[in-house]
Amino acid sequence: MIGEIDPTIINLTVFVLAIFVGYQVVWNVTPALHTPLMSVTNAISGIILVGAMLAAGSVESDWGSWLGSIAVILATVNVFGGFLVTQRMLEMFRKKDKKGNV
Amino acid sequence: MSANLVALAYLVASVFFILALKGLSSPLTARRGNFLGMVGMTIAVVTTLTVTKNWMLILGCIGLGAIIGAVVARRVQMTAMPELVAFMHSLVGLAAVFIAIAAVNNPVSFGLPAVLTMGSKLELFLGTFIGAMTWSGSVIAFLKLSGRMSGSPITFRGQHMLNLLLAVAMIGFGLWFFFSDTTNWTAFASMTAIAFVLGFLIIIPIGGADMPVVISMLNSYSGWAAAGIGFSLGNPMLIIAGSLVGSSGAILSYIMCKAMNRPFLSVILGGFGGESGTIIIGDGEQKIHRSGSADDAAFLLSNADSVIIVPGYGLAVARAQHSVKELAEKLIAKGVTVRFAIHPVAGRMPGHMNVLLAEAEIPYEQVQEMDEINSDFSDTDVVLVLGANDVVNPAAYIAGSPIYGMPILDVHKARTVMVVKRSMAAGYAGLDNDLFYMDKTMMVFGDAKKVVENMVKAVE
Repeated sequence: MIGEIDPTIINLTVFVLAIFVGYQVVWNVTPALHTPLMSVTNAISGIILVGAMLAAGSVESDWGSWLGSIAVILATVNVFGGFLVTQRMLEMFRKKDKKGNV
Repeated sequence: MSANLVALAYLVASVFFILALKGLSSPLTARRGNFLGMVGMTIAVVTTLTVTKNWMLILGCIGLGAIIGAVVARRVQMTAMPELVAFMHSLVGLAAVFIAIAAVNNPVSFGLPAVLTMGSKLELFLGTFIGAMTWSGSVIAFLKLSGRMSGSPITFRGQHMLNLLLAVAMIGFGLWFFFSDTTNWTAFASMTAIAFVLGFLIIIPIGGADMPVVISMLNSYSGWAAAGIGFSLGNPMLIIAGSLVGSSGAILSYIMCKAMNRPFLSVILGGFGGESGTIIIGDGEQKIHRSGSADDAAFLLSNADSVIIVPGYGLAVARAQHSVKELAEKLIAKGVTVRFAIHPVAGRMPGHMNVLLAEAEIPYEQVQEMDEINSDFSDTDVVLVLGANDVVNPAAYIAGSPIYGMPILDVHKARTVMVVKRSMAAGYAGLDNDLFYMDKTMMVFGDAKKVVENMVKAVE
């Protein structure tokens, strides 16, 4: 065959395909929900928490793991803040929905 | 857990993130979508815990962050959503920088070779500089949105040249880092510092009215920063989640630019739209406007068959959404058809008005987007404009006007127009608004909330 593929190329493949998926999905979001879209994407970008955990959980504890710990706090604020505020906003849209159906 | 199992769990989490966004296509499925997002995040975090040490430290930090996040989410006012979102973007940016620094310091703990390869260095360079710019840019956006810093653009001579030179210097240090055999901290630190400064400089010249674009753009950056870290760590889940967020922010920026009819580049280069523009009056002639009281307005409203309310940023500032709801209910009880028309850039972030009206429990069937409602204005008895200006300025139809071509709500076609405003001051575009001087227009001066409260009383 043609030899081993560099992992970066595989990552690039994932990256490009994910952009296409994002493009398709986001265009379908109703404009009324653009603010919740922003807050939920905020929560999702908190996925960087995973990287922060790896930094904080490194075997030899040095200042790098302390930086990682701070990053864990920052990213978790995002994850919880993002999902919970989105939930709060979406509840408001639901209340109206119930009323509208009665 | 084996590396393959971890990768599979991450794939499941990624699918949940896609489903979370898909849920937002309708208010009916949105809450389920948000819940799926939480499930995805839980899978990702639990899986990662199985491959890390220092559990106590990590769980402690997660607990602390969770408490802060939950309190902030519960306390924040809906009018302050743009600030909250900007604040959260800044956290992602800073976290990305910290992770990148930790990875340069100790690559092995991330499963990278002890001596970084050129590919890893390039990826770390990208992750760091996007993260750093996201952080400092978001801090400025937060300060501007929360009123701690003036919303006027800050411009100076040679600004773009300075930015360009800094960008070149940043890339230069990046290349030095890239081609050094050992870990070159001097180059890495200089590059990071310049990226922080660039983030500040890029956002300060952008004015208040362009904030919906800025906030969408920073949303996009925070996604790319996460994707950049995903590349550095060879983690496809971070790449997928980051790209979803990145493309979401990019699409929102595009929609906002289109709604203002301004090229993205011109928004980014900035200098447009201060807090108080100078009024440009074509011939210097004093134009006459008609003004009335809240009682006059209430009389007209209750005698109309159809009313469209156009909310703008002024409504958010005055926190008038609940009074507006009361007014709408009273009018509906009197048999008046009441609807709300939302311009895409009304407010300080995409969809901001919809959330404020939802908070006041206004049924969303009454709330319509510009494209749905624009043809109905000519058949409408009374339009009530609350704290909106440029988005209802008919100058958008006049060739040569600075806002020519911008899609607007055709309020001027209605039979009677009432505009609630603090004063005759121009909007962010610094343009006078001919709508205010039309014979059928009545100005009602004052704070949006007080005026609407008075209208509610008068409708009795």
